[in-house]
Amino acid sequence: MRKFLTRLAAIGAVIGLIAGCASQAPKEQNPAPVDTGKPVTAPVEPVKPKVVEQPKATPVEVKPIIANPLKDPGSILSKRSVYYEYDSNAVKDEYKPLVSAHAQYLKQNRGRKIAIQGNTDERGSREYNIALGQRRADSVKQMMILLGVQEAQIETVSFGEEKPRSPGKDDAAFSENRRSDIVYDGE
Amino acid sequence: MKNKLVTRLMLCLLLVIPAAHAQLRIEIVGGGAAQYPIAVVQLKGEAQLPQKITDIVAADLYRSGLFKIVDGGGLATVPSEPAEVQYPTWKARSADYLVNGSASPMANGYWDIRFRLLDVDKQTQLAGFAYQITPQELRRTAHKIADAIYEKVTGDAGVFSTRITYVVKNGTRFELQVADADGFGAQTVLASNEPILSPAWSPDGTRIAYVSFEKKKPIVYMQSLVTAQRSVVADFKGSNSAPAWSPDGKRLAVVLTKDGSSQIYLVTLGTNSATRLTNSSAIDTEPNFSPDGQSILFTSDRGGSAQIYRMSVNGGAPERLTFDGSYNVSPRYAPDGKSFAFIQRNSGRFNIALQDFASRQAQLLTENSMDESPTFAPNGRIILYATEVRGRGILAAVSSDGRVRQRFSADAGDVREPAWGPNLKGP
Repeated sequence: MRKFLTRLAAIGAVIGLIAGCASQAPKEQNPAPVDTGKPVTAPVEPVKPKVVEQPKATPVEVKPIIANPLKDPGSILSKRSVYYEYDSNAVKDEYKPLVSAHAQYLKQNRGRKIAIQGNTDERGSREYNIALGQRRADSVKQMMILLGVQEAQIETVSFGEEKPRSPGKDDAAFSENRRSDIVYDGE
Repeated sequence: MKNKLVTRLMLCLLLVIPAAHAQLRIEIVGGGAAQYPIAVVQLKGEAQLPQKITDIVAADLYRSGLFKIVDGGGLATVPSEPAEVQYPTWKARSADYLVNGSASPMANGYWDIRFRLLDVDKQTQLAGFAYQITPQELRRTAHKIADAIYEKVTGDAGVFSTRITYVVKNGTRFELQVADADGFGAQTVLASNEPILSPAWSPDGTRIAYVSFEKKKPIVYMQSLVTAQRSVVADFKGSNSAPAWSPDGKRLAVVLTKDGSSQIYLVTLGTNSATRLTNSSAIDTEPNFSPDGQSILFTSDRGGSAQIYRMSVNGGAPERLTFDGSYNVSPRYAPDGKSFAFIQRNSGRFNIALQDFASRQAQLLTENSMDESPTFAPNGRIILYATEVRGRGILAAVSSDGRVRQRFSADAGDVREPAWGPNLKGP
């Protein structure tokens, strides 16, 4: 067992050498475009899909159903997750429309409050990851405040590495877990 | 028999409710100097006890990695008095030390336990103790005996009577457990469906501070092990985490984000008012008090990468202590204050390192890949930590000289976040 571990360590060291500088975080491809329309937080109540149904004999309903935009899979507001690179808290361009849409909604609904929950992958110190997750949540908050959301509408908290969405141990799982989630009050 | 100390074991403060938990099993996995050969002869009469005290004593000494257990059986007569000891027999078995004694029932349901530690070479008694105990106090007494032997032979205080705490994750269930240092007698002190982390013992061993996510955010709580009463230590806007006790037990350092980035605050117990200690726009976390209570070690990325700093508890400029690599975190003072253990990342692997304050030299103690949360035994000789084996969280330990390695395995679940409790000097 000991020998095996030593060998593993040696292999690890060699891989490390090949990979180059120890101080660099492993480079990863952009996280696979996770989450497309799939609701992310609490299970979403089924909303009638916008598939055209063949009307039956009964007359079409006149009143439009007012869907909750926060839960309408067709609305960008139903998307709640911002993903990050390893050891980074920069909100990538692809998530800026999402953050901006929530900022607009919060400006139009001053009574609504959100929690932004920062998360990290499992590598490294649990407490340091709490701090890193906090910084991720704060980066989303800062962007929203610049867009005019009131500070009192937002609480940023961190779950660190403690609540991974993916239980895996590979890069795809880690990418999935480096994330901020936007959760509205009452959700 | 002037060396003889008659002691009466007192019941510890703690309510011991035997739980139905699988205990942690400890195995020595590497190194091992084993420089002290010792024979532990059965106590005369101990076969009548529910468990043999000498089995527990020998197991404790063996697991320390410093003792070689010499066969003490196969004797025509079991020696219980010094005059009965055949020293040539033990010399022939290469034992430097010999333990013997007796266990006799008393009228009131108590047992009179006597043992002696003898030096085989000098044919002298090094220590002799007597305890009057109930059978329920058997394990605790055995650990006390092992402590006494360890101290007499090695010169360091033993830690066999101490306790540890850790978190077990089983599916979606989290349990904060407390167990004896040998993994026996595990009790759950808190169970939750949300994560629990960063348990920290009060210096008097009666309370544990920890972080719980039960309110959908990290909040610092404190819980009495005597009454099970719990109270909130820090529940401010944002995240509340990383509790660390001051050595006088009156304050806790915590990490709060109420004013922006993760910063270290001092909370005075009783008033629970929080005074900011660090002042940066960076991450400042994982505070740990020096044994004299005057300084704090912490992790910060103020210099661009996560490194370890030290500052006075009264404020002032922090001093950076680590420079090797880009990720040095989780600092913990050694009990003598002369060095600190921490986690260092090298080529994507996380290991336990120990750095001397005077020489500033750091030494890697492990060669795993996912080590975290180091915690010193109260005698400073062992560092307990969490690691991963085949994707499962387990606890492991390494001696502070790197020579002895142990692994604690549980039957199921992930075990993490260990914290070694204080050495409570009994009467």
